[in-house]
Amino acid sequence: MPHSQDQSGRLLLSGNEAVALAARHCGVALGTGYPGTPSTEILENFSAFGGKAQWAPNEKVAAEVALGAAFARARVLVTMKHVGLNVAADVLFTMTYSGVDGGYVLVVADDPGMASSQNEQDSRRYAEAAVAPMFEPANSQEAYDLLRVAFDVSERWKIPVLFRMTTRVSHSKSPVKPRFPVGTDLAATATGAAAPEFVRNIAGRVMVPGHARPAHRRLRAKMAELEAWNEAEGPTLHERRSEELGVIVAGISYHHVREAAPDASVLKLGMTYPLPLRTIRNFAESVGRCVVIEENDPWLVTACRAAGMLVEAKDDAIFRFGELSVERVRRILARDGRPEPAAPRGKPPELCGGCPHRSSFEVLKELDCIVAGDIGCYSLAALPPLAAMDMLIDMGAAVGMGLGLRHVLPRDQAKRVVSVIGDSTFLHGGLPGLVEMAYNPPETGHVLIILDNGTTAMTGQQEHPGTGRQLDGAGTYRVSYEDMARAAGVKNVVTLNPIREKARLKEVLVAALQADELTVIIARSPCILAAGRIVAWEKEQKIRVEAGEEPATLPACECGGQCAG
Amino acid sequence: MELTESKTSNVRFAGLGGMGVIKASDIFADIVFRLGHEVKKAEVHGMSQRGGSVQSDVRFGAMVHSPMIPEGECDFLVVLDPTQVEVVRGGLRPGGVLLTPADIAVAKLATAKALNVAMLGRLSRHFDFPETVWRESLRANFAAKLHAANDIAFALGRG
Repeated sequence: MPHSQDQSGRLLLSGNEAVALAARHCGVALGTGYPGTPSTEILENFSAFGGKAQWAPNEKVAAEVALGAAFARARVLVTMKHVGLNVAADVLFTMTYSGVDGGYVLVVADDPGMASSQNEQDSRRYAEAAVAPMFEPANSQEAYDLLRVAFDVSERWKIPVLFRMTTRVSHSKSPVKPRFPVGTDLAATATGAAAPEFVRNIAGRVMVPGHARPAHRRLRAKMAELEAWNEAEGPTLHERRSEELGVIVAGISYHHVREAAPDASVLKLGMTYPLPLRTIRNFAESVGRCVVIEENDPWLVTACRAAGMLVEAKDDAIFRFGELSVERVRRILARDGRPEPAAPRGKPPELCGGCPHRSSFEVLKELDCIVAGDIGCYSLAALPPLAAMDMLIDMGAAVGMGLGLRHVLPRDQAKRVVSVIGDSTFLHGGLPGLVEMAYNPPETGHVLIILDNGTTAMTGQQEHPGTGRQLDGAGTYRVSYEDMARAAGVKNVVTLNPIREKARLKEVLVAALQADELTVIIARSPCILAAGRIVAWEKEQKIRVEAGEEPATLPACECGGQCAG
Repeated sequence: MELTESKTSNVRFAGLGGMGVIKASDIFADIVFRLGHEVKKAEVHGMSQRGGSVQSDVRFGAMVHSPMIPEGECDFLVVLDPTQVEVVRGGLRPGGVLLTPADIAVAKLATAKALNVAMLGRLSRHFDFPETVWRESLRANFAAKLHAANDIAFALGRG
């Protein structure tokens, strides 16, 4: 969508678009991440604005690639949804010790209310646990402005910074006045970014115990300095109105508060870790009644109370669940504990007509399989009328959960267990499960079905290492699920089209369930929403080969791409 | 509708995934932004793409706080799918305007895909914005090959 400008040069941008534009205007050398609602559009827009952006197989790899670049002094942006930070947590918890040389901002997008997620975990806990400064914008302009502050803090204190978005900040649009016009040639504009260079620092970057012990002390010292900075010149907004009622708030809830209680005094925090506790205390003591308004966990109010402040919390029996809104803030402030009116039930989403997953799950249902499932569009197969998925927890878990079931169930039940996982999800978190499958095979064998629809469909058709195309559509190496399964030690590897060869899928699955062996079935048929694009790409490659040129990527499998068409 | 400086106007678009609900709200937000209003727009992506219920809120005026319209405060409710009317009706304020496909000659639409544009045309009757601004935004937000069909659909709704 093109961006209209108003007369003062402002653009109407989503929070994600604002972060992308800010990253470009901060001279970010590399953006990397893994798609996940509501964070996905950040890297797509960063690429569209001319930045170098790439999808990694998962969030941990993205955070590590970015870390290497930041060790070389480059400015980097990493994006993911809240549960993605669980995957990247390993690197996060120690890169705060090592610190960075170039600015490192990790955008994590929380999903209060679970519009499209499996839990509503609160990333503020990661800031505290991993000891990383955290910024929280409330709207698109703040997303744009605070990203620059985040890079400044990251480089001044040589520390990775967390940038917490939420669904409503990421996906709401509001006006943004950028520092440079869109499309400014930033090579010619001073952004303050350093030229990448390797400078050896073994004691600073090799986190063996002897180096990590002093690093931990350095990290805590940085936090003390950052707290003082946040007190003195942090992005805190103090709006003095009523002396009776004061509200402490951060992020999108600020706007709900302004509408629900226009006369209340407000202390709005832009940096929520480390907290400016002295500023907060002064505010709390300046009003008759001080209420902390926050979505999800009572994290901010707990910190205030631990510091001895008399502040009021929301009623967590009601308001801990789901996102806040103007109505809910009104209720919190009125101490209204009555049950909330139930939201009218809308139509639930379902698999598209003609979706290849539908065909695969119809076969699984017909054979009464016990299905260890995974995360993607095909999660919808768990809903009626299919109701053909028995468990879904986290990315890649289908493989491990299926193996666990096989190990302990009585033989007649174990023989019905199948692990089902999508292509992008398999590459994200399923690969170690494949290795486990060959390493510790259950006595009854196991069956893993990889649903390869040629795209990361759920989040809006992003590329991944199995599509043969990079984030911007450029051709690249395409990994082969067939070769990976064989290399791991699986003897039975079958590729078929679940729509055109539905009967064969059933035959192959029946045979695989009967044998006490390991089988990987690749059910390959393009996502119907992406099929036009995928088929056009395959044709283009075929024409290149026929003309004696190198294709931009490898063919999909032994069938020469036939099965994808 | 008469726009007053102090009041925020609230327009909610609703329907099912794939009908162009979010696109319609993007275009309407773009139009009020081009006209110099403060504007905020809120929607939820994700699972709603797969044929499920979708809502998108546009709020504009001299000052807008929350991007989400509080329940019961919609001035306009533009519903693209008749099955969704009862689901979303509660969002309308007393005296608010409900617009559904029954308000336009749907049978005359060349393609159901253009329903969102026709409903924008129907909505346009309630605002004294210059017609050229609506049409400019439609052209800016759709591929050139759709411009002619959109002009017809918009005119059908605007009447």
